Amino acid sequence: MASVGTTRSVLRLLSSQPILKQAVRGYADEMAFTFAAANKVFYANSNVKQVDVPSFSGAFGILPKHVPTLAVLKPGVVTVFEQDGSSKKVFVSSGTVTINEDSSVQVLAEEAHPVEDLDASAAREQLSKAQGDLSKATSEQEKAEALIAIEVAEALVAAA
Amino acid sequence: MFAKTGALAINYGNQQQVRGMATLKAISLRLKSVKNIQKITQSMKMVSAAKYTKAERDLKQARPYGEGAKSFYEKAEVAPVSESPDKILIALTSDRGLCGAVHTQVSRQIRNELCEDPEHTRVICIGDKSRAILQRLFGKNILMVAHEVGRKPPTFVDASKIAQETSRYNFSSGKIIFNRFKSVVSYTTSELPLFSQAAIAAAPKLSIYDSIDSEVLQSYMEFSMASLLYYAMKEGACSEQSSRMTAMDNASKNAGEMIDKLTLTFNRTRQAVITRELIEIISGAAALE
Repeated sequence: MASVGTTRSVLRLLSSQPILKQAVRGYADEMAFTFAAANKVFYANSNVKQVDVPSFSGAFGILPKHVPTLAVLKPGVVTVFEQDGSSKKVFVSSGTVTINEDSSVQVLAEEAHPVEDLDASAAREQLSKAQGDLSKATSEQEKAEALIAIEVAEALVAAA
Repeated sequence: MFAKTGALAINYGNQQQVRGMATLKAISLRLKSVKNIQKITQSMKMVSAAKYTKAERDLKQARPYGEGAKSFYEKAEVAPVSESPDKILIALTSDRGLCGAVHTQVSRQIRNELCEDPEHTRVICIGDKSRAILQRLFGKNILMVAHEVGRKPPTFVDASKIAQETSRYNFSSGKIIFNRFKSVVSYTTSELPLFSQAAIAAAPKLSIYDSIDSEVLQSYMEFSMASLLYYAMKEGACSEQSSRMTAMDNASKNAGEMIDKLTLTFNRTRQAVITRELIEIISGAAALE
């Protein structure tokens, strides 16, 4: 009797494992979305409908079961569509996007802020300051830095 | 520091038998200095407690970030290519001491790795402490040292500077060695892998990733190295502050014990002096009768 009991519990243990794994993995149209910046975490392994990201190879939308890829973020707005249909817009300065084959998506930004927190006038100020820096820049490196600053500021102005 | 003063105490003990008055003075001086030490350790504890709460809050934000940065390497099953054995180790410590064994732990792990293959392993020291520990035996293996670490919480800019400097060197594999924070009283020394671009390009699962050119891969790697460093620095800073908090708490407790003992000796000696003086007076008076 006792042996039957133990074998049954062992069987239960064995059978419960794959079920657990499945629950973590989720079914086909689910994605584990992580969106974090150095200053804040927006999503950690949460399930969302769609994510639109700006990348250097063009902006693209990510749905569950996207083909695995790597991309580099461009300054711009990441739009996250949540399961309940609401959307959230977050400005990112730079970073990376990783889509893995198990449908997990990582968006890592250097800095990110919700679009509603941006100040349009401050952004324009930033843009004119960056343009001033570019005209003053002498070395190649300074020029490149100013160009990056302009790129970010332009994206900021467009987003705010 | 306390071991040295312990040796001094024995000297005072010898003096006691010779001159009672001087010992009284000496004990009160020592009592005062121990009290001052306790004040210092107590305030250091308060400071690191405040820094720790901030570091822990930061760490909560940085953890998902670090996990995200790490997951690609795990999921793409990147492994170091074996053709060149050049290895780079990044020791994440800080400039400040008095925080238990956090720096020693990191340095010890690095030392063990260095002993295995001193020819091809190079070290990058973040913070003066690891340099101080490793310099004597492995001075020629140290590639660069970053100063001014630990006074302020680490930022992403710090991490990207280190990443930029690190990527100048050629290596086929690497490790970031840091203290992973577990709780206020515990941390473990752990490591994050670093890979060269060749290693990533040779990863068996990379082919399933779509539309990757070398430029994207390079930018991606640079950013991910900075992210990993940033995460590791946050973990390290948090462990350091928590460990300093415990160390300073213990130091205050020990100082308190010393104060108790010294006060007891002080009172006893004072009583002895009074008794002796009384005896002198009484026996003097008795001799006159």
